[in-house]
Amino acid sequence: MRVMVIGRATEDSEKGAPPTMEAFEAMERFNEELVKAGVLLAGAGLKPSVHAKRVAFDGPNYRVIDGPFAETRELVAGFSIWEVKDMDEAVAWAKRCPNPSSGPSEIEIRPFYEMGDMVELLSSETREKLGVA
Amino acid sequence: MTAGETHQAIEATFRIERARLIAGLARVVRNVDLAEELAQDALVVALSEWPRTGVPVNPGAWLMTAAKRRAIDSIRRDKMRKRKHEQIARTPDETPNPYSGDGAAEAIEAAMDDDLGDELLGLIFTACHPMLSPDARAALTLRVVGGLTTDEIARAFLSSEATIAQRIVRAKKAIAKAGLTFEAPRGAERAARLPSVLEVIYLIFNEGYAATAGEDLVRPGLCLEAQRLGRMLAGLMPDDAEVLGLLALMEIQASRLRTRAGPDGAFIPLTEQDRARWDHLLIRRGLDALARAEALGGYGPYVLQAALAACHARARRAADTDWPRIAALYDRLRVVTPTPVVELNRAIAHSMAFGPEAGLRLVDEIADAAALRNYAPLPAARGDFLFRAGRLNEACSEFKVAATLTRNVRERAFLLARADACKC
Repeated sequence: MRVMVIGRATEDSEKGAPPTMEAFEAMERFNEELVKAGVLLAGAGLKPSVHAKRVAFDGPNYRVIDGPFAETRELVAGFSIWEVKDMDEAVAWAKRCPNPSSGPSEIEIRPFYEMGDMVELLSSETREKLGVA
Repeated sequence: MTAGETHQAIEATFRIERARLIAGLARVVRNVDLAEELAQDALVVALSEWPRTGVPVNPGAWLMTAAKRRAIDSIRRDKMRKRKHEQIARTPDETPNPYSGDGAAEAIEAAMDDDLGDELLGLIFTACHPMLSPDARAALTLRVVGGLTTDEIARAFLSSEATIAQRIVRAKKAIAKAGLTFEAPRGAERAARLPSVLEVIYLIFNEGYAATAGEDLVRPGLCLEAQRLGRMLAGLMPDDAEVLGLLALMEIQASRLRTRAGPDGAFIPLTEQDRARWDHLLIRRGLDALARAEALGGYGPYVLQAALAACHARARRAADTDWPRIAALYDRLRVVTPTPVVELNRAIAHSMAFGPEAGLRLVDEIADAAALRNYAPLPAARGDFLFRAGRLNEACSEFKVAATLTRNVRERAFLLARADACKC
């Protein structure tokens, strides 16, 4: 199964403070482990929300909101995509991720919707249209 | 780490470490069976200790230490048994293994402290040793590197558990008998043995991608296992063009897994697939791996096949496909892989690039090849060329022949539908 691993922003990451050499190297080592285990598919770090924009919809209307955004702990600072056997394996890997911050920080693991889920969720006509068994 | 880790969480951690653990142990005890057993013993110890102590900071090293203790114990027991035997029979020690004589425990300690970087590669090369049949290599690799159970492997290959179990036992015995060292080969020997590793990974992939038998057109689980092995190998050998070529080939082909079969399970050919639903993450990964392989200057069979797959992946619409480039790549592939199947695909590419007559001309040159006798894709391709050339009666009979030759139910339905479309 495929999961997205979402690294939450911290005050440091929102300030755009570069990680310490130590933290950077620890993260490199962790990513290399993931690569060698055939787990890591993609990933990237994201700039602080001061560089971000949001497009907010309300019915047919929308407006564009410029960053930065206040709710630091709800923001995303980086992500990676892993291929794992199950959520247990994802959690086992995530526990090995070095904490990028000296204080508290959080990563969230979200499984992708897969074919099997679609079959349960969609009506038969929609499945037909999408070509999903 | 929290205390009270559940068994499930511990087993997940163990799964991550299992292959490397077996690899490190096999290198020391020179016996896959025993290595698997020792790894399993280490899990049992972890299951009893970790719920109390929490998962250690470095679980891999912890498990290795636990397994190492068991290995030393078992060798001491062995030695005692052997000494008793010797007292009775006075047989000389026949195994020139540094780890089995006196000082074995110390040798194990030293070997275990070695750099652990290469051991997984050693296990992969041993499980894929050319002296084993491809089927045996595939089963053993899925078992010891992929961590699948015998039952899972049997289901994946539509075989019985007993057959697979026996295949694995025989392979392990053959490895022990040959005295393989579980070291990753280097230099020229590595280059010579690599094809038998790549062959097995691609065999596993293809069994999932183009299921040769059974009800389902594709078995994505098997593809995933092969992709995982391919990704591991590319992580361990990042500078080998063919390793990257195989990875690129599998990633790009797998990007089409969900569009190869329609809602009713029927086969959908490449040109008619909904390209918006291809897995673009995998395509990206495949194209990246291919670019790295080409930068290394590799033009071996896997790099060329990946380049072929990439031609389709890059075309947003089927009509945009660069068929002349595909034909040219097949012209090169037939030089490095001169097989009738490549010749057949080359004929198909030429038919797409230069018209059905070009395809017919090339296919007629190879129609007598023994390897293509009873090979469904041959009459299927011929049928397609004839259909496009407007020779419907001949096309119809070719499609019917192809339908009787294929063992896959879905493919047969597809071919019969094409015969029907000829209105003969």
